[in-house]
Amino acid sequence: MSEPVSKPSHRPARNTKVMNRFDITSRLVAKLKNEEAVIGGIGNTNFDLWAAGRRPQNFYMLGSMGLAFPIALGVALAQPERRVFALEGDGSLLMQIGCLSTIAMLAPKNLCMIVMDNGVYQITGAQPTPAAAVSDIVAIAAGCGLADSAWAADEEDFERLVDQSLSASGPMLIGVRIDDRPGVGTTRRDPVQIRERFMMGLGVRQAL
Amino acid sequence: MAPAEKPMSSRKSHQPTSDRKALDGKTSGEKAPHEQAWHDVVLETFKRNDIRLIPYVPDRVLTTLIRTLHADPFFTTFPTAREEEAVGIVSGAWMGGMRGAVLMQTSGFATLANVLASLAVPYQIPLIMLVSERGTLGEFNYGQSLVCHTMRPVLDSLAMEHHTATRLDEFEFVVDRSIKQAVATQAPVALILSPLLTGGKVFEQ
Repeated sequence: MSEPVSKPSHRPARNTKVMNRFDITSRLVAKLKNEEAVIGGIGNTNFDLWAAGRRPQNFYMLGSMGLAFPIALGVALAQPERRVFALEGDGSLLMQIGCLSTIAMLAPKNLCMIVMDNGVYQITGAQPTPAAAVSDIVAIAAGCGLADSAWAADEEDFERLVDQSLSASGPMLIGVRIDDRPGVGTTRRDPVQIRERFMMGLGVRQAL
Repeated sequence: MAPAEKPMSSRKSHQPTSDRKALDGKTSGEKAPHEQAWHDVVLETFKRNDIRLIPYVPDRVLTTLIRTLHADPFFTTFPTAREEEAVGIVSGAWMGGMRGAVLMQTSGFATLANVLASLAVPYQIPLIMLVSERGTLGEFNYGQSLVCHTMRPVLDSLAMEHHTATRLDEFEFVVDRSIKQAVATQAPVALILSPLLTGGKVFEQ
């Protein structure tokens, strides 16, 4: 077989700007005023969440590729009054695409999913994903029953969609086309401290 | 597997109470009026321990348990596409203050090594798993029997607590104590439901 030739530029034409993960993550975090939970998927996705400013309500994944949305779903079910955001890469989501049907079935009002789509496994050397040249993740989400799924056309549109999600009455999915720049920071790999701090941030635990 | 059937009265006179319960549970799944089926024990022990969120990938042996969980509004019971996904969901829910447990079959457990090693164990999450054991004691599918042999080595390699439930008279103790230990020690536990307890799934011609 020949080498896959797909690059972001070869993907189906979309009227969407190529944005930057750190910038988009920073814009999201700046909008969070009510201790909203944020789950950062494996790799660069949570590196940029880390770099955008530590919050006690952030959870950083250090493995379990593909589980940002399921973990966020669990938080959303446990705390229906809290808004929950999940940040996931396109390659990660491909590993657990079935979770979109589960989320559509349960339809939590307080869950907003953000897919950072650069079409590549950036952290392993920017190899294209199998979906890169042929699949539309927002269309897949809509097909899974997540009717409120949309590509962000640009940064302003992304912020508008986030505002909308903060008072949404059902789950939302926002697709963001991003460049292939690596994450800005590096999450400190201390899983127990990450989990403990997150639980304190959610009001489930008190510090010792 | 089933001992020669005797009239109930005769068995009663020869067996201690606890043995009789276990035999009744493992031979036919039928129960005397005063005792519960294994799946009722699970439901009530979950309830007593405030375990409310039950994502599952179904298995034939779990059918009645899944049906009764769905029918009870105390529980939020739903299917997931993969077992890994269910582990993510109950992990998130636990961090948010809600307890859960995942139901699956042996072959589903075999998909979990990565999430156990990278989420449940290192983040110290009291993940509670009920695994219906296929692949042994009358298995008819060689693939199931092979995958069953991978289960306990994976659990042992991660130093995870696990118990194989074979007897109805011990079952509540095993389920209740395992849940409490998982929560107290913040460590995952797998409860393996042996065909000796459930009757298992047998080849029907």
